Amino acid sequence: MEQFLQQIASGLANGAIYACVALALVMIYVSTDHINFAQGELAMFSTYISWQLMSWGAEFWVAFAVAVVFSFVMGVTIERVILRPLHNAPVLSIVVVFIGLLAICNSMAGAIWSYLIKEYPSPFPKSSFGIAGVIGPHQLGVVLVTLVVLGLLFVFFRYTSLGLAMRAAAQNPQMARLVGVRVDWMLALGWGLAASVGAVAGTMVAHIVYLDPNMMGGILLYAFASALVGGIGNPGGAVIGGFIVGVLENMVAYAGNQIEKITGVYIIGNGEKLTVALIIVIFVLTVKPAGLFGRVVVKRV
Amino acid sequence: MAALLEVKALKAFYGQTQSLYDVGFAIEDGGITTLLGANGAGKTTTLRAICNMVRTEGSVRFDGKDITGMPTEEIVRLRIGHVPEGRGTFTTLTVGENLRIAAYTRKDKQGVRDELDRVFSYFPRLKERVQQQAGTLSGGEQQMLAIARALMLKPRLMLLDEPSFGLAPLIVVEIFRILRLINEEEGVSILLVEQNAALALDLADTAYVLETGRVVMWGPSAVVKNDENVRKSYLGY
Repeated sequence: MEQFLQQIASGLANGAIYACVALALVMIYVSTDHINFAQGELAMFSTYISWQLMSWGAEFWVAFAVAVVFSFVMGVTIERVILRPLHNAPVLSIVVVFIGLLAICNSMAGAIWSYLIKEYPSPFPKSSFGIAGVIGPHQLGVVLVTLVVLGLLFVFFRYTSLGLAMRAAAQNPQMARLVGVRVDWMLALGWGLAASVGAVAGTMVAHIVYLDPNMMGGILLYAFASALVGGIGNPGGAVIGGFIVGVLENMVAYAGNQIEKITGVYIIGNGEKLTVALIIVIFVLTVKPAGLFGRVVVKRV
Repeated sequence: MAALLEVKALKAFYGQTQSLYDVGFAIEDGGITTLLGANGAGKTTTLRAICNMVRTEGSVRFDGKDITGMPTEEIVRLRIGHVPEGRGTFTTLTVGENLRIAAYTRKDKQGVRDELDRVFSYFPRLKERVQQQAGTLSGGEQQMLAIARALMLKPRLMLLDEPSFGLAPLIVVEIFRILRLINEEEGVSILLVEQNAALALDLADTAYVLETGRVVMWGPSAVVKNDENVRKSYLGY
């Protein structure tokens, strides 16, 4: 029973990370209809920035804050400088740009910080944090930080006029212009916010998966799965999808372990977790393409 | 009276296709002007060209200022309220959010609240539905929302693209009554594009007739209304 609860708890912690990256993907998707394949690598790069600051002696949370702000500026700059000239370009060109960004971030991080795996500290106190035997201090911390970030984003989009302008620009850009919203800047802001949320995910997950230039590869796949499960155009759905995928992959591995323990036959285990995510992607795409919380878009022609 | 909006030798292009050839007109401050014409004559394009939503050549001056080639969002900020074809509802936002977004550029919170009250006095039905998702409104309500949203900009000029389109006759009468009220009480000048020529000529003081991207006739509504060609082509008697 305790092991079961542990698996749920660690699933929620992983799910929180997936939720953040999925949300970053969805934020860009709803305003531009593009999936940013480089989202994970941007987050990885931000995480290296925070690592560098810490190795120069900065406190974790200072390094964290700087990395988040740095990511925001990086996101805005990428949109303004690289994607702005491509606003009317065909989808394929933009996909190529995303893949290029992915490769550039990856090799730049490798060139600057080497491909050697690095340890990354956890900011959360070891004792008196977490629930003994169920959820560790880092896992609980990750869930809490994620919930705070998601809460802040929710308040921003729901209750501020800038958030409203960003939603309007995403939903109907032409009409948004007609009420005076500077739509191009809203897109850039969206990129900045998405990169910041990604940085939060990166700095939270690095302690678990260790820091290296390829650390976000698998997580990006989980994030795709999460976004698809929730409905790719639905931010709230992406968050819930993240938690579902996180818990589900652990449950599948847990069930596999139990079966192996009882029958001695190995069917599925920890090694197949990523496979589970891909199966979820395929399953959702075939059975419910709009996702659990997505709406089927019907266009009048 | 000085012209609030002055359009000269306006040309507009969709890609390689030219759809306006030589459109020129002036709107007097406080006046109601209508553009008449058959489908494809360039009425909607003219409105879009004023707000620089299509590629344009020529000159558009608003309140003495040359606005040709300015970005749409900056033109709108000069207080030009554009009620577009198809109403432009933000379907996933609530009615209240649809209205608040138009006041996004304004800093005076109290002024925005007063504006909202005034808009609700014109359209009480919107007040009842302020929390409702705008996409679930009926066509008439969405048209009211579109006009209300343009009013939230505190416009000096409103561009209206077929406000009667697809609406029940009673709703159309109501909407045109409110448009006249807005013009008289708030001094908002109006440029109206309308398929329903009889209705438009009743409301407007000046009328322009467009044919294949050119102004072919203009004058006071009363005169245009009695023109034989206009009667035959647009009024149907």
